This record gives sequence, C-alpha cells and structure tokens, in this order.
Amino acid sequence: MRHLLSCRDLDLATAVAILDLAEEMQQVQSRPVKKLPALRGRTIVNIFFEDSTRTRTSFEIAGKWLSADTINVSAKGSSVSKGESLRDTMLTLDAMGVDAFVIRHASSGAAAQVASWVKAQVVNAGDGQHEHPTQALLDAYTMRQHYARHDLGGFEGKRVAIVGDVLHSRVARSNVILQQTLGSEVVLVAPPTLMPTGADTWGCEVTQDFDEVLNSCDIVMMLRVQRERMAGGFFPTEREYTEAYGLTPERLAAMKSGAAICHPGPMNRGVEISSAAADAANSLVLEQVAAGVAIRMSVLYHLLGSDEGAMH
Amino acid sequence: MADPATNSSIQVSRVVADASEVSRALTRMAHELLEANHGATNLILLGIPTRGVPLARRLAAAIEDIEGHPVRVGELDITMYRDDLRANPTRNPARTAIPGSIDDAIVVLVDDVLYSGRTIGAAFDALRDLGRPKAVRLAVLVDRGHRELPISADTVGRTIQAAADERVSVLLSELDDSDAITITRSERP
Repeated sequence: MRHLLSCRDLDLATAVAILDLAEEMQQVQSRPVKKLPALRGRTIVNIFFEDSTRTRTSFEIAGKWLSADTINVSAKGSSVSKGESLRDTMLTLDAMGVDAFVIRHASSGAAAQVASWVKAQVVNAGDGQHEHPTQALLDAYTMRQHYARHDLGGFEGKRVAIVGDVLHSRVARSNVILQQTLGSEVVLVAPPTLMPTGADTWGCEVTQDFDEVLNSCDIVMMLRVQRERMAGGFFPTEREYTEAYGLTPERLAAMKSGAAICHPGPMNRGVEISSAAADAANSLVLEQVAAGVAIRMSVLYHLLGSDEGAMH
Repeated sequence: MADPATNSSIQVSRVVADASEVSRALTRMAHELLEANHGATNLILLGIPTRGVPLARRLAAAIEDIEGHPVRVGELDITMYRDDLRANPTRNPARTAIPGSIDDAIVVLVDDVLYSGRTIGAAFDALRDLGRPKAVRLAVLVDRGHRELPISADTVGRTIQAAADERVSVLLSELDDSDAITITRSERP
C-alpha cells in the first residue's frame, strides 16, 4: 500500500490484516520496552492544519513505538501563517527526505492532493468533511473486540447505525465504506438538513426516524454535534435535536440486547449522547480511544514496513 | 507469489526423516535440555513461528512426561526484528505470547530449521525488549549448515548436509499432513 487516503484504499484482506496486527500491537503496550524496531530510520511528519489532540498524539506515539522518528508540525506558527501555500509547505518538507506525512486539513481532498505532489507516503488523518480512515479502522477494531467478547460472530450481517450530523462528518463517510467492505449493513440516521444529498446512493439505508431502526442495530454510533454548526440553522434548538436524535436514557433502554455504543469523541454530553449512555456498560467509547495507538501502529507498519510502498 | 523455478523445472522431494524419527529426535532433545539445564523449573520454551511453535509445544509435552510437571511454553514472533524486513513485501507478524516474565529464566528458543542464523539473531533482539533472561539456549529440529552469523544450536534433532539450492522442510501434523523432514531440489526437465 502506498497511501492511506480513503477507506476505499482498503480491500477486505488488507482491512482484516490491519485489524489483526493492531491486536498484536495492543499487547506491545503491556511490555517493559514498548518499542519495536520495524520502522527504524524512517521519518514521519505529522502535519496538522486543524487542532487535534488524540489523533495527533496517537500517531506520534504509534510512530515512536515502531522506532520511527516522528516530528510534529502545527500550522500555527509555521510558514503557513506567513502565507506560504500548502503545496510549497509540503514540497519543502518533502525535500528534507521525509518518508511519510500524516496530514489533517480542513479541506476535503487535501490529503489526496498532497499525495499527488510529494514523494513521501501519505496518511489521511482527516480531510474536511471527506474521510478519516484510521478512525473508521479503530471503530471497526473496537466493534470486533466487542463481538468477540460476547460471541456475536463477525461483521457479516451486522447492522450499524450512524446517527447525527452525517453531512459534516468524515468519520461517517469512512465508516460507511469500511463497514460495507467488512460485510456489515449501515443505516444512516439524520434530520434531512444534516443528511448529505446522494446518501441514498452510498448503498446504505437512510432514515430520519431513529426510533424506528434503534432496536434492530448491533452498533449505535453517535456523531458529535458540531456546535459551530448551530449558526447554520441545521436544527432549531439543541433540545429538539436531543429529543429526536440524542441517545437518551430511554433510547439506551430500547437498544437491542447485546448492542453497543460508539462515539468518535469529543462527546457533547446531554446533546447527542446522555451521560447514562456514554458511561453505560455497553459503551465502547473509552475502548475506542485505547485502540487508537494500536491501529495507527498497524497502519504505519503496513505502509512503511516494506520498501514496496515507497517511490523509488 | 509464483515461484519462478516452477515454470522451468520440476521439484523433487525426498524424505530424510519420517514421523517416528521426528518423534524420537524430539524426545532426545527434551532429555538433552533437561540434562544441560538441571531440570525444567527455570525453563521457558519459546517457539518461533511458524513451525517452531508446535515444536516448542511438543518439547514441552515431552519434558512434562519426563519430569512430571509442566514447563512454561510460549511463542516469539521476530518479523519486526528481521534485517530484511524492508526488502520484502509487507507481512503481518504472527502472535507473540510470553508466559510470564523472562527475567532470570532460561529461555529456550525453538525453531524448525537452523540455516543462516539470521532468524535467531533477530530473536536475540526481540528478547532484549522483553527482559533479561539468565541464559538463552537454542533447540532446532534440523541444522542444515551455511551459517551467516556466529550462532550454533545447543540441541539438534538432525544435522543435514544440504546444498544451498536445496530446500529443507519440516512438516508437522499440526499444520501439514504428517510429520516428516524433507529435502526438495529443483531439477531441469
């Protein structure tokens, strides 16, 4: 694999191999020396044009635990704020002999654009409203562990509801693609104003009625309500949103037995998810965070472990 | 990936040890390990995937038969420690499972075939990240020579003189049809 820009870059075999390796990588975290030599001598630059704590930190730790040299560049205080273009910034860093970029950018398609300019390999750590493939991978990893723990079998035939602001969510797009590759069925639940046009062509069920699908889903994935969207008039009030699309204690009780809750974080408690649901025994939220480093180690190994992904 | 040799040549295999010979060799190796290390109490057997893992389990079972109590056994994958990692296509590492701390234990690395010694060299690096054993020993079912590093086994099931263009394979019933040691060479038709 040369780049990871979209979950479309992952066929079933590769996706499963990444999940399998992440399981091994999670074990490394309990060792006295939490380091493997696989990427010794490689240089990974994490360049984040948008704020992020958990994604950037977990990529940095993942690279370090594989013995790569990881360098963080934040757009603030860099030459970007002096007016340099994205292309010039990336080509400058590329010229320093970087092996891989992990990039987050507010514009959809930025990672793919950068990949077309640079010699280094590129991992998309979130591009605008487009995709966030490593988040979808760690979601799938957490779901798989949940299924295994409760003897629920594999992804095949599972129903995954993705609920909330689908329109602005890169997490939703990446999850739709990956879950379908893995064999799950996806149901998108959103008010009409937050459902992207054309979502009905994504091969998944589309509904406005959360309660109608709630008790048939094995996973209920709540998307963050981006408060900054409130000004856009996508929904009347927070309270009305919670009424119709929040995972309230009542809805928590109505979930299918054995079903679990995911949320990519950061959560708005009391808006899209109640505290009762966030802290419920079947909430996978903290496990999702814990899986972040292992999944990113696995992705970096798959991209950089062999010279075949590099450009010669 | 297709083996380019298969197009232009035929593979000729011969069996150099059958199931009963493999079994006898493993029993003798178990005795040798016990004798050299004064019993099994401080031993940890670590099989190197793929075929070192079932071999380690068999050696552990043989030691338990002799001593009357179980010996610790686990598996040590060395993929990420290989010196040729970058040159090969991406390969998912196998499982590493260490039964407790290796600190101050006598670790016995178990593999099927000892050839260049590079796998064992990588295993030393992997062990260093896991702790500090009192000693490290090496048990292999086959030693076929042609070493590229100064490494030798402490107990060997069978020493085989094989040419560099021959392939020595260990077959084990856990993964293959039956137990055997075979030598395969490519011959032009």
